[in-house]
Amino acid sequence: MSGNPWVRPYVLTGGRTRTRHHLYVHTLVTASWYDPAAAARLSPEARRLYERASTGAQSVAELSAHCGVSLGVTRVLLEDLAAAGRVQINEDVYVSPYDHGLLRRVIDGLREYA
Amino acid sequence: MAFASTPDGPPAGISSAKLVVAGGFGVGKTTLVGTVSEIPPVNTEAWMTEASKTVDPLTVGDSKTTTTVAMDFGRLTLARDLILYLFGTPGQPRFWPMWDDLCRGASGAVVLVDTHRLDASFPAVNYFENDSDVPFIVAVNLFDGVQTHPLDQVRDALGIAESIPLVTVDARNRKSAITTLLTVLTNTMDKTAPVAAP
Repeated sequence: MSGNPWVRPYVLTGGRTRTRHHLYVHTLVTASWYDPAAAARLSPEARRLYERASTGAQSVAELSAHCGVSLGVTRVLLEDLAAAGRVQINEDVYVSPYDHGLLRRVIDGLREYA
Repeated sequence: MAFASTPDGPPAGISSAKLVVAGGFGVGKTTLVGTVSEIPPVNTEAWMTEASKTVDPLTVGDSKTTTTVAMDFGRLTLARDLILYLFGTPGQPRFWPMWDDLCRGASGAVVLVDTHRLDASFPAVNYFENDSDVPFIVAVNLFDGVQTHPLDQVRDALGIAESIPLVTVDARNRKSAITTLLTVLTNTMDKTAPVAAP
């Protein structure tokens, strides 16, 4: 885990501890285009997340792991980036993880590998 | 929501689903995740911090600082617009807040057990029986490809109801691992209403 060991995590989030909507560890995030000038104005942690998200849709957990930013801080920073229009948080297409339409699609997809 | 759409929001329509792989330390969770995953399983230290909790901001200064927890996951692209994530649970019960986090939004779970050390998976079974609504199955990991105990004995020893599917799996074998995940999903379909409540 990288990150600044001398700074408590919530300092990186400007003291905020809650996010506006829940980001699951598997929620997909992407940056459709990368703006270097905007990136230069971000904190190092937010910049890493923004850069990584611009490489393609990936989950909150992947962004956290690859950028070395803790899950909690990652969630807050991604919300900031989304509010600023830098990244897009993929809204769930399905209402519930138990939606049978979703389950059937996952089953069909897995059968291709079985 | 305000963030739901941006003028050029491209990932629209890409869905992700999540399954949880639980069990005690050393029962093969990371192996199963790695067998199925298209990426090398990510095993990293994610700091679960108070920054992720819903707490009164006025009290944040009093809250404890950070806990280091290993995060273990893999992914499998099922379609152009559908990605499945597998998350292994941290082995130790003191990380239960992380279990809640991992299980939120999960479509199902499998508790892996090693018949040589059944007790290592007791806490995981307890968790899904008592503290989680996520439908789960139990899978006996055949480390050496040999089933050493009849499944009904395993069921008795674990004290799980007949309604909980109990299967065997070779976590190193992709076909076997995927068959187990299919059982997880069909179990969820069996245990949930076709039209999910809002």
